Amino acid sequence: MISTQRIARVAGYGMTQAADAYVYRPTCVEEINKIFDEARTAGRKVTLRGAGRSYGDGNIGSETLLIDITRMNRILSWDASTGIIDCQSGVTIENLWRFCLEDGYWPPVVTGTMYPTLGGALGMNVHGKNNYCQGTMGEHVIDMDVLFPNGELKTLTKDDDLFYAVISSAGLLGVITRVKLQMHHVASGNVDVWAEAAQNWDEQFALFEKYEHNSDYMVSWVDCFAKGAKAGRGQFHGAWYKDREDLASRVAEKQDLPALILGFFPKSLVWKVLKLVCNRPGMRFLNAAKQFASSTIGNNKMHDQSLVAFSFLLDYVPDWRKAYEPGGFIQYQTFIPKEHAKAVFAEQVRLQQEYKLESFLGVLKRHRPDKFLFSHAVDGYSMALDFKVTAKNRVRLWELAHKMNDLTLKHSGRFYFAKDSTLRPEDAAEYLGEGLPKFRKLKSKLDPEGLLVSDLGRRLKLS
Amino acid sequence: MKYQTAIVVGASSGMGRELVRQLAASGTKVAAIARREERLQELVNEFPGLVTPIVHDVTDHDAIPELFQTITRDLRGLDLFIYNSGAMPIVEVKEFTWEKDKQMLDVNISGAVAWCNQAADRFLHTNHGYLVGIGSVAGDRGRHKQPVYNASKAFFHTYLEALRNRGVCVSTIKPGPVDTEMTAPLNMKGMMSAEQAATIILSKADKNGEHYLKLAHRIAFYIIKRVPSPIFRKLKI
Ligand SMILES: Cc1cc2nc3c(=O)[nH]c(=O)nc-3n(C[C@H](O)[C@H](O)[C@H](O)COP(=O)(O)OP(=O)(O)OC[C@H]3O[C@@H](n4cnc5c(N)ncnc54)[C@H](O)[C@@H]3O)c2cc1C
Ligand SMILES: NC(=O)c1ccc[n+]([C@@H]2O[C@H](COP(=O)([O-])OP(=O)(O)OC[C@H]3O[C@@H](n4cnc5c(N)ncnc54)[C@H](OP(=O)(O)O)[C@@H]3O)[C@@H](O)[C@H]2O)c1
Repeated sequence: MISTQRIARVAGYGMTQAADAYVYRPTCVEEINKIFDEARTAGRKVTLRGAGRSYGDGNIGSETLLIDITRMNRILSWDASTGIIDCQSGVTIENLWRFCLEDGYWPPVVTGTMYPTLGGALGMNVHGKNNYCQGTMGEHVIDMDVLFPNGELKTLTKDDDLFYAVISSAGLLGVITRVKLQMHHVASGNVDVWAEAAQNWDEQFALFEKYEHNSDYMVSWVDCFAKGAKAGRGQFHGAWYKDREDLASRVAEKQDLPALILGFFPKSLVWKVLKLVCNRPGMRFLNAAKQFASSTIGNNKMHDQSLVAFSFLLDYVPDWRKAYEPGGFIQYQTFIPKEHAKAVFAEQVRLQQEYKLESFLGVLKRHRPDKFLFSHAVDGYSMALDFKVTAKNRVRLWELAHKMNDLTLKHSGRFYFAKDSTLRPEDAAEYLGEGLPKFRKLKSKLDPEGLLVSDLGRRLKLS
Repeated sequence: MKYQTAIVVGASSGMGRELVRQLAASGTKVAAIARREERLQELVNEFPGLVTPIVHDVTDHDAIPELFQTITRDLRGLDLFIYNSGAMPIVEVKEFTWEKDKQMLDVNISGAVAWCNQAADRFLHTNHGYLVGIGSVAGDRGRHKQPVYNASKAFFHTYLEALRNRGVCVSTIKPGPVDTEMTAPLNMKGMMSAEQAATIILSKADKNGEHYLKLAHRIAFYIIKRVPSPIFRKLKI
C-alpha cells in the first residue's frame, strides 16, 4: 500500500482542473527510479510536475504517483567565462537569473513568470517575448540527462532525434533530470523599452512588422472588449538590451520587485482589489482606462526598465490568480501563420464578444517555427487569452473555445499544451499531424508499460 | 454531473441500490460494494461502464485499507463516499442474542469506522470530497425493542460528528422508515420509497450536518430527543 499521507489535491495553475495524487519530492535519479518501481508494484501510473505553472491539466494526473521535481534544485556548475550553467532540472528561471545576472548573463528565454522549473519549461518547451529571434528554451540546451521509465538514463544533445521529442512532449516520454544551458550575455540588468499605442488590428500588426528585424523583445496587449473600428486596439512594447556595461544594475537585489505599489500599497493585497473588478464591466473599464493611458501619457515613450520588471510583470502581483476564485480561469493561446493571424484573431475576438465572454487580458507575440515534436510555434503570431470560469458560463465558454479551435485548425494554426484546457482528442490529432504517430512509436519503445501519464495526455488520448 | 466518482458501500438493495442507480443515471462512475454479487451484477447490466461491482463483506475489516486504495485508483479519484451498509436483524422483545448483536456491531460500527476512516483520511489530505453516512432516527433514543441497533446508529452519528469536527465535510442522514428489505418483515404502512429516500439523500450529500428525510421527522425527533428518560420509558415507543 502507498502511504495515505502522500495523497494531496494538485491543480493546474488556472485552478479549473485538479486531481488527487500521491506526491513525491525526490532529490536525485535513484529516488525517481524507486518511485517508478513503487508505481509498478501498486499498479499505478506516474505524472511529472515542475512548479505547477502550466494552466491546464498537463502537470496533474488523477490517482498517479506524482513526481514533483522542485527539490532537485541544485546548480551543479557555472562558468562565467562561457555562460554555461549545469543544473538539476528543478532549478527555476528565478534561480538562474539570481545566480548569473551579476556575472552578466540572463536566461536566453524567459516566460511571463520566473517560477517555472527547467524541467517543466522544457516539458512544454516554453517561449518568451523573444521567440521570433531566439526560439524556444529547448534551442538553448547544450545537453541534458533524461531518465526513461525503463530505468535507462541517457544524455541527449542536439544530435539526437530524441532530444527534439523529449523536449516539448509534456513529460510523457522521460524525466529530464539535469540540464546544461547556454545563458545569454547581457551588459546591463536593464533594457530600453519602447511603448506605442495601436488603435486597431492593422496598427498592431504594422508595429510587429516594423520592429521584428531590429528588436530583442516584442509583445503587445489587446483590448478584447473594443469593437468595430477600434477592434484590436492595445499597446505594443519593444525592448532592447543595453550595450553599456552596468554592474550595479545586475546585482540581484537591484532587480527585486518592490513590495509596495505606487510607494504605498502592499502588493500582497493587490489581488483583493483585482477580485473586485474581475468581472465583465470591471475588466471592460480597466481595458479602456489602460488604452486611454497608453494612447496619451504613455504613448511613444522609451523608458529604462529592469529585466525582471520587464519580463515578469505578472509576478508583481502575488497570488493574482486568486482574483479568479472560486471557479478559476483558463488561459487560451493559439498560434497562427502570419498570413492569417490578423483575420483569425479578429474573428476570435468577435466571437468572444458575440458570446459576451471577452477575455479579460489579450497578449500578442511574434513566433518562429522550430523542429520539436510537439511544437506550438509557427512563423506567425500567437494571442494568449484569459477567461474566467464560473459554474454558469462553463458550458458556453467551452463551446466558444471549440469554435476558436476550429478556426485555428482551419488556418493551419497550432496550440500549446501549457495553456490548453479545451482541446478534444480529434483536435489534438489534427494539430499534431505526423507528430502524434511518431510520439506513439517512441512512447511504446521508451515507456512500454505506459507508466508516464498526465490528465492532459489522457484527455487528448495521446498514448 | 455533480460527482464524477463515488463509492457506495451497501449497494445491493434498498436505499444503497437506488443511490447507485441515481448516481449512475447522472453519469457518475460508481463502485458498488456489497456481498450479493448477482444483485450488483444487475446494476452493472443496467449501467454498463459506469458501475463497478465489488464483492466485499464489511466485516472483513482488515481488507478495507487496501481495497479502498484499489477502488480509488480504478475510479481515478473520489468525490463522494457513502456508507450505507446496515444490519438490523429481527430482535424479539427482551431477546438478547449475541450473534445478532455482533452482526450489528460488526456492520454498523466496525465496518462503518473501517470504511469511513479511509475516506475521512483521504478527504482531509486532499481537502476534497464528501462523506455521507446513513444513520437512522433509531439512533436518536435508546428504545426497548432494538437496544444494539439504536446504540450502533447513535455511535455512528457521534463518530460522524467528530469527523465533521476534524474538518471533513460529512452529511449524516437519519432516515425514518423506508420501504426496503430491512423493513419488509415489520409490515409497516406509509413508508417512504427507497427511490425517494435516495433522491433526498443525494440532495443533501454535500451539506455538512445532520439531516432527516422529512421536516415532520425533524420536528418530531427534536421533541423526542428532549423527552426526559423516565417519561420516555413510560411511552414504550
Ligand atoms: C503567469 C504565467 C506566465 C506564463 N508565461 C509564459 C510565457 O510567456 N511563455 C510560455 O511559453 N509559457 C508561459 N507560461 C507557462 C509556463 O511557462 C509553462 O507551463 C511551464 O511549463 C511551467 O513550468 P513548471 O515548472 O511550472 O512545469 P509544470 O507546469 O509543473 O509542468 C509542465 C510540463 O512539464 C512536464 N515536466 C515537469 N517536470 C519535468 C521533467 N523533469 N522532465 C520532463 N517533463 C517534465 C510536466 O509533466 C508537464 O507536462 C506562463 C505561466 C504562468 C503561470
Ligand atoms: N429501511 C429503513 O427504514 C431504514 C431506516 C433508517 C436507516 N436505515 C439504514 O439505511 C441503510 C440501508 O438500509 P436499507 O433499508 O436499504 O436495507 P437493505 O435493503 O437491507 O440494505 C442493506 C445493505 O447493506 C448491505 N450489507 C449488509 N450487511 C453487509 C455486510 N456484512 N457487508 C457488506 N454489505 C452489507 C447489504 O448488502 P449485502 O447483503 O448484499 O451484503 C445491502 O446492500 C442501513 O444502514 C440501515 O440501517 C434504514
